[in-house]
Amino acid sequence: MGLIDYSKIINKTVEEIKPSGIRRFFDIAASMEDVISLGVGEPDFNTPWQVRKAGINSLEKGKTKYTSNKGNDKLIAEISKYMSRKYSVEYNSDEIFVTVGGSEAIDACIRAVVELGDEVIIPQPSYVCYEPITRLAGGVPVIINTQAENDFKVTPEELKNAISDKTKLLILPYPCNPTGAIMEKEDIEKLYEVLKDTNILVLSDEIYSELTFNGKAHCSPASIDGMKERTVVVNGFSKAFSMTGWRLGFACGPKELIAPMLKIHQYAIMCAPTTSQYAAIEALRSCDDDVKYMVDEYNRRRRLIVNGFNKIGLTCREPKGAFYVFPSIKSTGLSSEEFCEKLLDSKKVAVVPGNAFGDSGEGFVRVSYCYSVEHLKEALKRIEEFLKEL
Amino acid sequence: MKYEVLKLLARNARYTFEEIAVMLDTTEENVANIVAELEKDGLLKGYKAIVDWEKTDEAYVSAIIELNVIPKAGLGFEEVAEKIMKYPQVESVYLMSGVYDLNVVVKGKTLQDIAWFVARELSTIDSVTSTTTHFVMRRYKEMDVELVSDKDDDRGQLWV
Repeated sequence: MGLIDYSKIINKTVEEIKPSGIRRFFDIAASMEDVISLGVGEPDFNTPWQVRKAGINSLEKGKTKYTSNKGNDKLIAEISKYMSRKYSVEYNSDEIFVTVGGSEAIDACIRAVVELGDEVIIPQPSYVCYEPITRLAGGVPVIINTQAENDFKVTPEELKNAISDKTKLLILPYPCNPTGAIMEKEDIEKLYEVLKDTNILVLSDEIYSELTFNGKAHCSPASIDGMKERTVVVNGFSKAFSMTGWRLGFACGPKELIAPMLKIHQYAIMCAPTTSQYAAIEALRSCDDDVKYMVDEYNRRRRLIVNGFNKIGLTCREPKGAFYVFPSIKSTGLSSEEFCEKLLDSKKVAVVPGNAFGDSGEGFVRVSYCYSVEHLKEALKRIEEFLKEL
Repeated sequence: MKYEVLKLLARNARYTFEEIAVMLDTTEENVANIVAELEKDGLLKGYKAIVDWEKTDEAYVSAIIELNVIPKAGLGFEEVAEKIMKYPQVESVYLMSGVYDLNVVVKGKTLQDIAWFVARELSTIDSVTSTTTHFVMRRYKEMDVELVSDKDDDRGQLWV
C-alpha cells in the first residue's frame, strides 16, 4: 500500500496553469488591517430591490426545481427583447441559452469549438480566464498586445498579424476589464474587413455592455453587417444589474453554435440557478432606471478618479467603459508588481498589477472604482503620499 | 446641472466645489455660482452634520408627537404650525395626511424635558385638541445614513 502519487494524477495542463498573481496579492492584503482596497471587480451596489423581491417571491411560490437546460422560457424571451432593444440584434429562442454567469458561457463557447492545436486570438490586457480555458480545451492562445496609444483597441493590422491557418476563434473582450477600453462601430467594421473571408468565429464578451460613458452606447459586434453569423455574444446580469452573486449570464449566437454549447452545458451544469432566473426576468423588465442610476454614479466616480490620478502625476487615459481605470505607473520607474507591493506595504492601498492581465499590462495598474466617493478620495490621498515618498 | 449639484450636496455637503466640478464635468467656478444661487434662492437651506448621539456622553432624547388641531378659518394650519416651529426644542414640523394633523419632532435631554414641554407648551395651545407622544427608543437610520450597521465590505476578493 503506497501513498498515491498525485503528480501523476493531476492533468498536466491544469498543473501548468499559473496560479494568479493577484490571488497571492489579495491574500496579503486580506491579512493586513485597515487596508483600503481598489481591487474588487464587482459593483458595490446591491441588486435592485424589485429583483431581490422577485427572487424571494419565486422561492415563496416554491419555484425551486430545475428549469429546462437552456433556461426559463420567459427569461429567454426577455433576453431576446433586451438584445433587440439595447443592441439591435435579433435572436430567436433557439439562439439563446442561460448560463452560470458569463464565465460559463465563455467556457462553453471555447470548449464547443476549440480542438487540439487550434489557435485562439486573445487581446490583452484582458480578463484572465480566456487563456487558461483555451489551454484546457487543448487550444493555443495567440496574444495580441493592445497598445495604450490605440486606446487598447484591437487594430486590423494586429488582427491580420495574429491570424494563421490554425486560427479558429477571436475573443473580443469589450468593454474591457482592466483597461476600460471600448470598440466602436467603425473599429469593429475594420476588423470585419479582415475576418470576412476567413472561417474565424468571434466570441464577444460583453459583460460590461451597460457600462459605457459619455453617451457612447455599447456596440455589439453581432450588430455589424455580416458579423452576426460568426459571433457568439456572451453577456450576463452581474455587472449591469449588480447581480454578481446570483451567478447568471447568457450566450446568444447562431443556433448551429448554440446547440453544441448547450450540449456541454447540459452535461456539465444542467441548468442555471432557478431563483436567479426568476430574479433576472424582473431585472430585464423593470430596471432601466436602476441601471441608469448606477451608470451615472460610476460616471461621477470615473471622472473623479481619472482626474485624481492625472493630478498626482500618474497618466491615466479616460476609460470609456467598464468600471476600472488603468493608470500608467511608468513614471515611477517601478514594475507593476513592485508598485503594488510597495503601495500596499507603506500605505495599505490595494490595487492590481497590470501585468496580471497579460504582459502588455506591465507598467500599469488596475484600479476599480466600485467604491464610494469617500473611499476613492482616501485612496487617492494615500497614493499621492506614496508617490511623494518614493 | 443645478439639480445634479443639489443631489451631490444632499449626499455629502463636504464635497469641495472642485470635486463636484470634476464629477459633473464642469468648472469649479460654475459650481460655485450654482451653489451661491441655490443659497440665495433658498433651495439650499443649510449644511449640518449627522450625529449618532447615542454614541456620545450627551443626554439626548427625542420624541414624535402627533397633534390634532382645529384649523383656523382663512389660515388653516399655518398659524399653529408656525407657532410650534419657533420652539427651540422642535426639530421638525410636518402637516400630515391621515388620522392626525401635525407631526412634531421634539428633542431634549431627558424624557421629563419632553413630557413637560408637551404638557406645558404644546397641549396648552388653544387650537390643539389632543397630543400623542411617541418616544424614540433607538435610531437605526438618520438622513439616509445607517447608524447601526457595521458596513463591512463583504465582497469576495475574487480575481475578476
